[in-house]
Amino acid sequence: MGFFSKIKEGLTKTKQLLNTDVRDLFKKQGRLVDDEFLEELLAVFIKTDMGVQSAQALVDEIAVNFRARVIHIEDALATVKVKLKELMAQPEAPIRFAQSGPTVIMVAGVNGAGKTTSIAKLTSLLSAQGKKVVLGAGDTFRAAAVEQLTIWAGRLGAEIVKGEQGSDPASVAHRAVARAIESGADVCIIDTAGRLQTQQNLMQELTKIHRVIGKQIPAAPHEVLLVLDATTGQNGISQAKHFTDAVKCSGIVLAKLDGTAKGGVVVAIRQSVGLPVKYVGVGEKPEDITLFKPDEFVDALFDDLDGSAGK
Amino acid sequence: MFESLQENLAGAFKTLRGKSKLTDSNMRDGLALVQKALLEADVSYPVVKDFIAKVSDEALGERVLSSLDPGQQVVGIVHRELIDLMGPVDHSLHLKPGVTVLMMCGLQGSGKTTTTGKLGRLIKERGKKPLLVAADLQRPAAIEQLHVIGQQLGIEVYSQPGAKDPVAVCQAAVAQAKKNSNDVVILDTAGRLHIDEELMEQLRQIDRRVEPEQVYLVVDGMTGQDAVNSAKAFNDALELDGVILTKLDGDARGGAVLSVKHVTGVPVKFIGTGEHLDALQEFHPDRMAQRILGMGDILTLVEQAQQKFDQDEMAKQEERMRKGEFTLDDFRSMMSQTKKLGPLNKIMSLIPGMGGMQQMMDSVDAEGGMKRLGGIIDSMTPAERRNPSKHIDQSRRRRIAAGAGVEAKEVSDLVKQFDGMADMMRRMASMGMGDRMRMVKELQGQMSNPNATLQKSKVGTGKRLSSDERAKLRKQREKEARRKKRDGRK
Repeated sequence: MGFFSKIKEGLTKTKQLLNTDVRDLFKKQGRLVDDEFLEELLAVFIKTDMGVQSAQALVDEIAVNFRARVIHIEDALATVKVKLKELMAQPEAPIRFAQSGPTVIMVAGVNGAGKTTSIAKLTSLLSAQGKKVVLGAGDTFRAAAVEQLTIWAGRLGAEIVKGEQGSDPASVAHRAVARAIESGADVCIIDTAGRLQTQQNLMQELTKIHRVIGKQIPAAPHEVLLVLDATTGQNGISQAKHFTDAVKCSGIVLAKLDGTAKGGVVVAIRQSVGLPVKYVGVGEKPEDITLFKPDEFVDALFDDLDGSAGK
Repeated sequence: MFESLQENLAGAFKTLRGKSKLTDSNMRDGLALVQKALLEADVSYPVVKDFIAKVSDEALGERVLSSLDPGQQVVGIVHRELIDLMGPVDHSLHLKPGVTVLMMCGLQGSGKTTTTGKLGRLIKERGKKPLLVAADLQRPAAIEQLHVIGQQLGIEVYSQPGAKDPVAVCQAAVAQAKKNSNDVVILDTAGRLHIDEELMEQLRQIDRRVEPEQVYLVVDGMTGQDAVNSAKAFNDALELDGVILTKLDGDARGGAVLSVKHVTGVPVKFIGTGEHLDALQEFHPDRMAQRILGMGDILTLVEQAQQKFDQDEMAKQEERMRKGEFTLDDFRSMMSQTKKLGPLNKIMSLIPGMGGMQQMMDSVDAEGGMKRLGGIIDSMTPAERRNPSKHIDQSRRRRIAAGAGVEAKEVSDLVKQFDGMADMMRRMASMGMGDRMRMVKELQGQMSNPNATLQKSKVGTGKRLSSDERAKLRKQREKEARRKKRDGRK
């Protein structure tokens, strides 16, 4: 299944929201762009969690080009799409693999964002590419987190390095990387405990894990992925900022995009922190992950509308 | 909690404050800022619209425009409307004689299992015998997680290894609870998407077959605009009795707190404010509104202090302080008592006017500092603790520093700081209530200067002004005289 259809599948509900809402705003003969219309448009964009600023930017784009004129749905869409693509512009960003030796991927995020499940998905993705994966069960805090990852490792046939609950996660990370080097694995994925970005001591712990990994392989971790719950609101900006400060995140895995949430906050994050989205999680199964393509993400949002435009 | 909303609202009110007269237009500008603040805090769009309409209706009324301090009046209206938006809340768990069943539901990763444990702990504290039920058969190791939590809390956990049907598990659990005379059964169901028809139907089945007294939706406090969609869907399917908001100990923006009740009619009953299993609080709309408006929440602080402080120890200390006795041992036990309340910056946010302090605290490692101080005190002999400045000379200072693994300077800093505190305690002991209050004010003033540690206050020898101050006073007098002359001429 290609990216487009996968995203679309995940975004069904979003599309429905944007479809119905945007469609409601238009009549067959088009609509006059006045304050009332612009405000309704703003409401639609706000509901995607893209933030007041980005939403206002899109509305302004329409206002500047069409104010006091009657607008048709396809013109409005084309304008919004161009602007949104501009806001979202980012290079396509798959995992950057190490020149030699294992590629170390560190995964971080707030509690319940979907780190462990995302790791399972990444593992499944990489295994399918013929890579040998070692997992480091670095969430030694949450009850049964290690068991959860162990079960996934068993299902996916990946090796796992564990520590006791309550043990130092950095030591688990250290051993996992050592194991990956020793066994000639291609990829080592380090799980970490969920933490809120405002918990300074826990963020320092994360920095320590990052440092310990770097001691074994100078360029590692090659990727630091922030797992972001797609239902997150503007708090996502703060998450991106603080995690990037602590461990130099290289990209986002946008999890749980299969609900009614739009994940629009990635637009705001792209604006203020600059962090690109790398992968998108759209379901509960290990294969429900796909590379993020911003243009298609935007297109998928408005796809059905295009087909029905002008009718 | 909600710092950015607090700041943005304060900014909005600033534009209104100090204006002797509010006009239609400057009021609208102010309210537009309030609206932006709410939207940036993830409050649901329709809720914001309604809220602003209500506030502006009231604010544009005759009374406000002509009142003495219209800016403050608007703050008052917002305060009232905020409370109205979030309340009223009934905190009762509606426990009945026999077995009461509570059901938890929510999206994946919202914090159901942890909250189940927290709620179980709360119920156990009330002298009941809860049973936690692992009905999450989806997520790998969810059952183990609940077992670990149950073990930590000393609460029974029911599970069926290898079970496939959560409805059967719940039914069997309730049967067992009846047999074992448990009072409360808490069902921890699997996380699910509100648009997943199949899984929602499963929830409805549990609801029909097990007939829980109360159904709670657990919502991640950081959720954006989608919070109301899922809450609505869950409420349509199950008729929720309350919402529990989690992860509010970070810098969540508060959107869900403000939106859920308005959209679904279901109030927030509890809020989760930390990872530890005692971090579940009853939700009070009035207190929350005060916090959002930067007025602190002293009630919650007092409540927590009452719950967590060792009352005997407190009484003893108070008695000693009244006598003017204060030693480093007292200081140490005060520190450990305060620590029970949680991280210092969390406490700060509850004290009115200390909201600003909190950010300052963020950059300072207060916890680490307290630990170091504890280490230093632990390295002293009892005599040294009783009267540090008398006993501790250079060589002892070196010994203590080596024992605690700190610089010698830190030891002398502590002694100096302690002298200042002891001095204050002695002075307070001999004061009446009014003087004490003044003293506390003074203390606050000192604290808001981050670099100054408490020091023994210098006792004045009479009125002695520097030449600069004298010049300033003279200027003021002359100015006053000129003004009088001018007025006289008129």
